[in-house]
Amino acid sequence: MKILVTVKRVPDPETVIKIAPDGAGIVTDNVKWVVNPFDEIAIEEALRIKEKAGGADVVLVSIGQKTAQEQLRTGLAMGADRAILVLAEQALEPLAVARVLAKLAENEKPDLVLMGKQAIDDDSNCAGQMLAELLGWPQATFASKVELDGKSAKVTREVDGGLETLGVALPAIVTADLRLNEPRYASLPGIMKARKKELKEIPLADLGVDAAPKTRVVKLETPPKRSGGRKVGSVQELVQVLHNEAKVI
Amino acid sequence: MGNALIIAEHLHGKFPKTTLNGLTAAKQAAQLAGGKALAVVLADKVDALAADLAGYGVDVVAVEAPAFAHYLADTYTAAIAEIAKQKGVEVVVAAATAVGKDLAPRVAARLGAAMAAEVTGLVDAKTVQRPLYAGNAIATVAMEGSPRVISVRTTAFDAAEKGGSGNVEKLALSPSSSGMSFVDFAETKSDRPVLTEARIVCSGGRGLKNGENFTTYLEPLCDALGAAMGASRAAVDAGFVPNDLQVGQTGKVVAPALYIAVGISGAIQHLAGMKDSKVIVAINKDEEAPIFQIADYGLVADLFKAVPELTEEVKKLKGA
Repeated sequence: MKILVTVKRVPDPETVIKIAPDGAGIVTDNVKWVVNPFDEIAIEEALRIKEKAGGADVVLVSIGQKTAQEQLRTGLAMGADRAILVLAEQALEPLAVARVLAKLAENEKPDLVLMGKQAIDDDSNCAGQMLAELLGWPQATFASKVELDGKSAKVTREVDGGLETLGVALPAIVTADLRLNEPRYASLPGIMKARKKELKEIPLADLGVDAAPKTRVVKLETPPKRSGGRKVGSVQELVQVLHNEAKVI
Repeated sequence: MGNALIIAEHLHGKFPKTTLNGLTAAKQAAQLAGGKALAVVLADKVDALAADLAGYGVDVVAVEAPAFAHYLADTYTAAIAEIAKQKGVEVVVAAATAVGKDLAPRVAARLGAAMAAEVTGLVDAKTVQRPLYAGNAIATVAMEGSPRVISVRTTAFDAAEKGGSGNVEKLALSPSSSGMSFVDFAETKSDRPVLTEARIVCSGGRGLKNGENFTTYLEPLCDALGAAMGASRAAVDAGFVPNDLQVGQTGKVVAPALYIAVGISGAIQHLAGMKDSKVIVAINKDEEAPIFQIADYGLVADLFKAVPELTEEVKKLKGA
């Protein structure tokens, strides 16, 4: 069994984002970069599937600059087998990402593609669904449980108002939600081993994929700041102001 | 050309409010693109739904097939993309619900269309606004070509109201599957309002310490106020409550008239899901908690004392 797992390099979720004065991007000085937290969950799920099945080839994929090696090494240290970095100078929009991944999927022929449900930088939540359509494969997004059974999988999904279970024929795309698992930390021997694992770099141009953007960020702005109000001294006062001043209860 | 198509999500024979928020966005998009708003509804029994929808003054394309008894991304995508082509649709609109987020990108990929997710505003026919970085940046995004696909944040658009009557056209389309099948929907049963529709939301965080305390402390307050219950990601992470209660960047986005945050510190990712609420109240024993920086009214107190007191005071007020 082969599992492809996507890994995106994103600013640490605790980072306070500052917009560059020209409004064209964010200030990246002093930003700590991490594996997108949902991708970490996807990596963990792939490793658990591998451990349960007694073997599988877990291949990580990232698209970005050379610096994304760092995040791929983190995934390799967790236990993934090898990694592919598609080198692209500019950030790609989700449809272009999906086209790159579709090309890699054609080459690698995975049984399963595991992805985070969204990257916490652009918050699009699109690439997995797009990849599924481009390949004509089933999709199960927002997964909280994945049960593999030979040629198919049963996936429990976090949807509005409850949990939905879908059956999907393999190969399929599954995107990880928060509660799918708790990712492990890389062990010291894992980190040592990761240095020797294969990390192949492919220039974007070599894939022959149409990655031209259809969307363009014209500007970035800081949203209007909500200013704090005041402290109240007691529960009684709180109820009074909510009733008489804010008139919401 | 220039039409906008709303994908009308439905459950139990009804349209949730989020669909009506999406319809308003589609009407705005149609106006900007110089066309009219259309709605598409897919179901195994579609007539009553289509008639209901036409009552919002929108022309309805209805497709009936046993395969549409349950929503599935692949069968829906094929049908919607086909209708978008047939009806000269320039903008496909979905509400950014669990279904909309699952579906809209797949439709965009099938159409080879520009896509923008969680749109909070329409600037002109081809320009939208959407939040990035957990709402810490607002991007103005220019979209190329036609058709284009957007999912819209429901709190940013008022719900459409009944009025006028559109035409209903039934189309026969044969569903095509990629190998997905519906197995089960374990619905959370609750008498409380739906989180994304409630006028008042009370959310609990890690400060509640465990799941039982949500039942003991927060639920009575919700019931006294007629409020929906929510939770921070920290509370979900800790296993106190199910993920469908999560308010935040990676959960639900709400903007009720009153939002009460109980034992929630106010992490960036939580604020992303509730900072557009009209009135925010924070109850937390840590007076340095970031939540107080955005709360209209802050109460520094031990929640295990304050919340039962608040519940009693609300009951008194309502009884008066």
